[in-house]
Amino acid sequence: MQPKLEVSQISVRYGDKEIVRKLSFSLARGSIGCLLGPSGCGKTTVLRAIAGFEPLSSGHISVDRQQISDEDHHLPPEQRQIGMVFQDFALFPNMTVSGNIRFALKGWRRKEQQQRISQLLDMIGMRDLAKAYPHQLSGGQQQRVALARAMAPRPSMLLLDEPFSSLDVELREQLAQEVRNILRQENITAILVTHDQQEAFAMADEICVMDKGRIQQQDSAYNLYHKPANRFVAGFIGEGVLIPGVVESPGSVTTELGAIQGMVPKGCKPGCKVDVLIRPDDIVHDDAAGETAVVSERAFRGSEFLYTLRMPSGIKVLCLAPSHHKHSIGETIGIRLEFDHLVVFPQEQAASSTGDSSICQSFS
Amino acid sequence: MKTMDHQADVRFLQDEEGELLVVSSGSWRVAALKMVVPILERQTRNIRNQSLRWDVSRISSIDSAGIVLFKHYLDQLQAQGCKVEVVGASPAQQKLYRMVTSYISASPEIRGSPQSRLLRPFNRLGELAMAFLRDINAFLSFVGENFVVLMLLLLQPWKFRYRAIVRNIQDAGVGALPIVTLTSFLIGVVIAYQGAVQLQKFGANIFVVDMIAISVTRELAPLITAIVVAGRTGSSYTAQIGVMKITQEIDAMRIMGFEPHRFLVLPRVIAVMIALPLMIFFADIIGILGGMLVANFHLNISFTEFIHRLQNVLEVKHVWIGIAKGPFFAWLIAMSGCFRGFQVSRNTESIGRYTTISVVNAIFLVIACDALFSVLLTELGI
Repeated sequence: MQPKLEVSQISVRYGDKEIVRKLSFSLARGSIGCLLGPSGCGKTTVLRAIAGFEPLSSGHISVDRQQISDEDHHLPPEQRQIGMVFQDFALFPNMTVSGNIRFALKGWRRKEQQQRISQLLDMIGMRDLAKAYPHQLSGGQQQRVALARAMAPRPSMLLLDEPFSSLDVELREQLAQEVRNILRQENITAILVTHDQQEAFAMADEICVMDKGRIQQQDSAYNLYHKPANRFVAGFIGEGVLIPGVVESPGSVTTELGAIQGMVPKGCKPGCKVDVLIRPDDIVHDDAAGETAVVSERAFRGSEFLYTLRMPSGIKVLCLAPSHHKHSIGETIGIRLEFDHLVVFPQEQAASSTGDSSICQSFS
Repeated sequence: MKTMDHQADVRFLQDEEGELLVVSSGSWRVAALKMVVPILERQTRNIRNQSLRWDVSRISSIDSAGIVLFKHYLDQLQAQGCKVEVVGASPAQQKLYRMVTSYISASPEIRGSPQSRLLRPFNRLGELAMAFLRDINAFLSFVGENFVVLMLLLLQPWKFRYRAIVRNIQDAGVGALPIVTLTSFLIGVVIAYQGAVQLQKFGANIFVVDMIAISVTRELAPLITAIVVAGRTGSSYTAQIGVMKITQEIDAMRIMGFEPHRFLVLPRVIAVMIALPLMIFFADIIGILGGMLVANFHLNISFTEFIHRLQNVLEVKHVWIGIAKGPFFAWLIAMSGCFRGFQVSRNTESIGRYTTISVVNAIFLVIACDALFSVLLTELGI
């Protein structure tokens, strides 16, 4: 299937600083994509480049196979049929809710405007607040109005810039679900930008993890967590620690926690030193187990405790345990590994884990 | 130099199926690369969105310079949407390629050499001068953009935002009347007092009317009113547009197809250009009134005497010249206010900074423009 959006090898510069470097991804029609990364990684810049606010210094962007941006040509934002929800909503304070939505419907007939506005107000469940001004609304309500305004002219694509960052956690999750349902209903292709992985997991079908102006991995949430492509993704998504180990045979790695079975990357021959990613849910508290560790920190998470355990060699690992297993700091407990996927990074590759792999492949 | 077949060479061929084939041959070493660079530069520029094969098997030898050149054009082709399949690379070439490319940095950081302390002020001066020129350049392109939008609107005059213009006249003009009244009245008083002291020495009391009438209408009323408007309206334009910039309302308008120049800048500029001449005329009246009061109490010139003299000495051209300055001053104030507003970046402290800059710019431009008028009008003998 032809992708809805195709971003190919784009770079964006501010002065002599390159914010985005040769970044590519594509998105299928009707799916929700997410650019996830720490602040300052260039994710908002990518979004603004797609919207047409930032010129590209190289590469090109196309929507429905039509090129809308490259280094020389640049379709202005209003001609791109893209809706955008801004971080601070950017509602016009001097207009009511329906006035704000109407503003996006310029050039429509009066009657059609009315119809579309009432349809959207029903969709966001704010029919009684049509005449309210933005300052009379709560954050969640403003968010929904901003979404309705962006969707009003039936754009071919919707961009959301950290849409839930100014809301409290509870509202955030609920609204993320609501927005996802609305986007699904209207079959809109959307891109979300966020630094919050919970938000990304709740909304997106496909997630691009970004760092330093590059995409580190584009994958589903499950694979990002269980099969991270490199150290950055492993550290950024979820909790976990890397512990050193040695490759024993092509299917096994020895660590301090014992031998772990699983696939080892091709380049690692037996005897090769590697780091193994250990997630908190890979370690199970078991008093009968042979290995022991000392509790050094404890965080209460409601149904679970997150323990930081110190191994005899001084290495620290994380362990999730049901909260009725209460251990005090300094106590020695037995632990057992329970692994599904082995995630291993060769040690000497630490610095150059990303980058030229695609070019190397094309060379051979 | 070795013989020709040792020179690096590259050919762009089309095979039977229409696929593009790039064949490079010869020695790709630093001394032999001179010929291929222009060929590659010319050919790769026009290849977009194609798939091509790059045969490197006939390269007899290659060094790191050759690899860098190869990678540069490979990247360029890929950036132009081409799928490039490289064939025939020997293991040694692949090894060198991997080694060289692992050292190519995507964004090399170039640090300047350390400077002597003595040179630093000059360096700073140069930077400031460049920043100043960039600023002027940005202002000129803002003015140009605004002018284009204005011209387009003149072809479709019903698209002007008349309601916004009227509202802005209300804010910038009517709202400023109290402060304009006060300042121009005081200016009239000050001029009359200063003149009175000097003129009394010569018993030339009645000439105070000439002095007040001409100085107020021609110079002082336009200048004082413009400065009040710059401080009051110019700064508020910067702040209003700056806030809209921070809350991304301007981006929101643009993505919905509302041209910010049409919606935000032109109504403000036009409103001030209409309001300021009217306010100058108002300030003329109040200023002369102030002078008349002082002349009455201090110099014993009765109101009738004053008005009679005024009719004789105040030619109407002085009033017109003063009012005619209004639109020019207004344009400078509103344009610099709006321009600085658009420069506000995404933090609140920059609003304060740019508001200050906009007022300082506006007052400077107004006074410079006034000086220009004085010179021109004197030279023209008006």
